[in-house]
Amino acid sequence: MPIDKSDPNPNQSKASKFRWGELEEDDNLDFLLPPKEVIGPDENGIKKVIEYKFNDEGNKVKITTTTRVRKLAKARLNKRALERRNWEKFGDAVREDVGSRLTMVSTEEIILERPRTPGTKAEELKVPGDSLAQLSKGGAVLMVCRTCGKKGDHWTSKCPYKDLAAPVETFVDKPVASEASVSASGSGKGAYVPPSMRAGAERTAGSDMRRRNDENSVRVTNLSEDTREPDLLELFRPFGAVTRVYVAMDQKTGTSRGFGFVNFVNREDAQRAINKLNGYGYDNLILRVEWATPRAN
Amino acid sequence: MRPILMKGHERPLTFLKYNRDGDLLFSCAKDHTPTVWFADNGERLGTYRGHNGAVWSCDVSRDSMRLITGSADQTVKLWNVQTGSQLYTFNFGSPARSVDFSVGDKLAVITTDPFMELTSAIHVKRIARDPAEQTEESELVIKGPQGRINRAVWGPLNRTIISAGEDAIIRIWDSETGKLLREADKESGHKKTITSLTKSADGSHLLTGSLDKSAKLWDTRTLTLIKTYVTERPVNAVAMSPLLDHVVLGGGQDASAVTTTDHRAGKFEAKFFDKILQEEIGGVKGHFGPINALAFNPDGKSFSSGGEDGYVRLHHFDPDYFNIKI
Repeated sequence: MPIDKSDPNPNQSKASKFRWGELEEDDNLDFLLPPKEVIGPDENGIKKVIEYKFNDEGNKVKITTTTRVRKLAKARLNKRALERRNWEKFGDAVREDVGSRLTMVSTEEIILERPRTPGTKAEELKVPGDSLAQLSKGGAVLMVCRTCGKKGDHWTSKCPYKDLAAPVETFVDKPVASEASVSASGSGKGAYVPPSMRAGAERTAGSDMRRRNDENSVRVTNLSEDTREPDLLELFRPFGAVTRVYVAMDQKTGTSRGFGFVNFVNREDAQRAINKLNGYGYDNLILRVEWATPRAN
Repeated sequence: MRPILMKGHERPLTFLKYNRDGDLLFSCAKDHTPTVWFADNGERLGTYRGHNGAVWSCDVSRDSMRLITGSADQTVKLWNVQTGSQLYTFNFGSPARSVDFSVGDKLAVITTDPFMELTSAIHVKRIARDPAEQTEESELVIKGPQGRINRAVWGPLNRTIISAGEDAIIRIWDSETGKLLREADKESGHKKTITSLTKSADGSHLLTGSLDKSAKLWDTRTLTLIKTYVTERPVNAVAMSPLLDHVVLGGGQDASAVTTTDHRAGKFEAKFFDKILQEEIGGVKGHFGPINALAFNPDGKSFSSGGEDGYVRLHHFDPDYFNIKI
């Protein structure tokens, strides 16, 4: 099985063969090929055969063939066993077709699958489990398997059903509420806790930022394709101070997706706008204006 | 390792047995034809035609000349290993489940299933050196255990017979008088049917596999429980490495449930355990159905497994298997 074919002098014209390595050689020797070279097999059973030949264009080509030599497990053959080796076939084995292929070597490499990486001990795994188990005495069951959802029975890594779970699921890290509370309470070491979740952090800043977008937000749907943000601003401006106007655009086509959001400073203004503009004919369509429902989370 | 797949049987495998030199492998299956294979390359040497029912078990004499097979057709047959010809047929009133030659091959212990109004029984037959002088008479018939006796083997020096079966209790019988000598402790013992029983290479301890999803290691003389290996599926077959302190368990969910569940749920692996630490070393996958039979080559360098899928898989270990560390 040729793995590596390398041509030491590709596209080399016959006229300019002044390579430093060949300066001292007689030109005639160029037509002789170096002898075949066999390296190995080494302790891993890797054998290298280096051959040289001329290809169709007359260039010298070095062919390195790397093969792995494998010793088949040998049955310990004693004299009687060797005798049995030459026994006549009998029964159904006599009339066996050559093509019946009763005995096949597996095309698949089967390995002895280790339950955990060699060198680690099961005891080491238990240590974090114990400390968490002590925490769980406080109340809620902490031991929740993310694979099968069982509580208090086993950890995710020990789940007997983990083979069944789709491989993707094991990577999706759904934070379990109770787990989050543990990390928030600051057990000291271990899992990373975002700054906003740390003890003493200002809780309000982050949540307020999100709220500004959500509060007094009015959703406008059934907009015509030509409507742009300035048009919406013009439309809603008379009802009060507007902080944000947004029209959803399709990223691929660059056209309006037919809905948008308008945020007001005052809730009363927003309510008036809804009352007035819901069902209002704008461009060639009838608008639908309502409170934007805040996101579930 | 690249296992050798042997597809000689059309029905689920039931039993595997190496001869003493480890060059021949005998396989029994629910199709009616026990088969012998060369254990090094998996080539089929021959088949033993004559049974008319599932063949549950077999044993080969120490000189690899005689084969004894027990079948659901209510017979136990003696065969010439080399030619495949029948030497003698023992007839019973019920299916024969397990057969085992004694040390010296002069006796054989045969268990028969409960059938019609017959209860299960353990028969001891004298095996004549010359098949022409073979007689039908039993030296001894032991009755008593409830339900099927899945396996009966000879104890040390042929003085005892060790049996295990559906009632989940291991018993030691006197092979001369048929008296019950010892019973395994019910508290520490198996909770469900014992499916398989195998002796260690030196006969000092024995390993049983059970549908209660565990395998247990027992002292042959005192029947004290030494070790327990817990797995997550019923154990149909057990084997012990003669070379390393390894125990192999084969099993899987019930064959009837295989088609109704995901194939990954079956766990049709041969599981390797450290005999002493009782810790899992690894699993060898490959079968498409539960593993029904396991056997270790007497040299400890290869093992074979037979599955409900009708395949025998012959595994020659990679060199790194022999220096696995826990």
